[in-house]
Amino acid sequence: MLATGPLATVQDGGRPGWAGIGVTRSGAADRASAALAGRLVGNDPDAAVLEVTAGGLRVRAGRTLLVALTGAPAQPRVDGRPAPWNSPFPLAAGAELALGTPAAGLRSYLAVRGGIDVPPVLGSRSTDTLSGLGPAPLRAGDLLPIGGPGEDQPVVDVAPVPPPGPDPVLRVLPGPRRDWLAPSAWRALTTAEWTVGTASDRVGLRLAGPFLDRARDDELPSEGLVPGALQVPPDGAPVLFLADHPVTGGYPVLAVVATTDLPAAAQLRPGDPLRFRPVR
Amino acid sequence: MPDHGRVLGERAVPYGDRAVLVDADPGDVAGLHAALVVDPLPGQVDLVPAARTLLVVLDRPPTELDLATLRRLRPAPADADRPRRDPVEVPVVFDGPDLADVAGLTGTAVPDLVARLTGTELTVAFGGFAPGFGYLTGLPAEVHVPRRATPRTRVPAGAVGLAGPYAGIYPRASPGGWQLVGRTELVLFDVDRDPPALLSPGTPVRLRAVG
Repeated sequence: MLATGPLATVQDGGRPGWAGIGVTRSGAADRASAALAGRLVGNDPDAAVLEVTAGGLRVRAGRTLLVALTGAPAQPRVDGRPAPWNSPFPLAAGAELALGTPAAGLRSYLAVRGGIDVPPVLGSRSTDTLSGLGPAPLRAGDLLPIGGPGEDQPVVDVAPVPPPGPDPVLRVLPGPRRDWLAPSAWRALTTAEWTVGTASDRVGLRLAGPFLDRARDDELPSEGLVPGALQVPPDGAPVLFLADHPVTGGYPVLAVVATTDLPAAAQLRPGDPLRFRPVR
Repeated sequence: MPDHGRVLGERAVPYGDRAVLVDADPGDVAGLHAALVVDPLPGQVDLVPAARTLLVVLDRPPTELDLATLRRLRPAPADADRPRRDPVEVPVVFDGPDLADVAGLTGTAVPDLVARLTGTELTVAFGGFAPGFGYLTGLPAEVHVPRRATPRTRVPAGAVGLAGPYAGIYPRASPGGWQLVGRTELVLFDVDRDPPALLSPGTPVRLRAVG
């Protein structure tokens, strides 16, 4: 690991089943891109990948590796020459892979055949940035062990995946506490343009837009959260939870983003506009 | 019917396209959780017990059959054979940034507030929020205070907070909206310890003022 950019972490499918003692699932923020990267190099579905936030990664191969890059396209270069995206390619022993800054999207994924083989914690190699479980965020100088290859062979040369588009629209279902917000809140959510706030991370996106009025002023007992839950604190500015969301929260959830749109949510950058539209 | 006058059936609503939220009487949450541990729904991935709800996370969209099953679900018997445990004693330095605000909100002087927080045996009602975080019940009603209107983006590890009827201790730095009254050095969660969480549901707890 020569350089990490703003944040690079190890991620896999996360650690489901521990929510009862407050351990969130975590795992890759953009699961679709992470899973695609793993498939391109023929990995087992539970093999870990690198999640690179806002580019800037530089790594050197200790031996010849088969790798694939997916997610936010970030001008990949191997020893200065352009490298493919959404397509497996060999990285020769000693070669340096570098990512620039993504032109669109936020999170890029690097899969290595065999998977990133750091020790699992509670059954997962994912870094949970909220709880601190799993490996620490990566630093320059780290050596990343690579596991043995699985039985599957890579079979796909290139995956036709569109890059994250501008002005994304996320589909939402009514949340379990929609009745705690004023009737106008759902309409405001699904008609206004929202902006991703700067205090956004793997835990969630803080959104700026119209004030969402509550219908009730009493306090909601804390209750379970899911990725995609859109929670409205008393200050009216909603939080859209991502992979490292707290297991429970105490503010009403107005809406829940459809699971298939969570990868797009995970690619939004601070300052990006976004809209919500009800699931038909 | 031996139902103590309660309305039969819980409220169960879809929570997005991969979960169902069950509203329940606070006294039934542990039993409903136990029932689903013993006899899980198909594709059940996780369960999140909380104050008045049980979240059932699935690996597929919930169906009408799931909702009907959960509305009919009866609490499993509580395990009454668990031996009585000694309280976990938590040493607390009462110097939190919201201590004066909480004293003001509750109309008590700070020393009296500390005496009330340390004078009661608390119990972990359920977990959640963060690994090792326990919602502690048993606080006297006069020290119940609302959460802060704007959550802090970062609360330090070991911070002792109050919110509504609960006390809680942040096991690790995280965002949070509780009123912070103190801090402790105790390690609440350790993945190399079995069990990893010191404050698991049902554990008695006592806060002790130090420093």
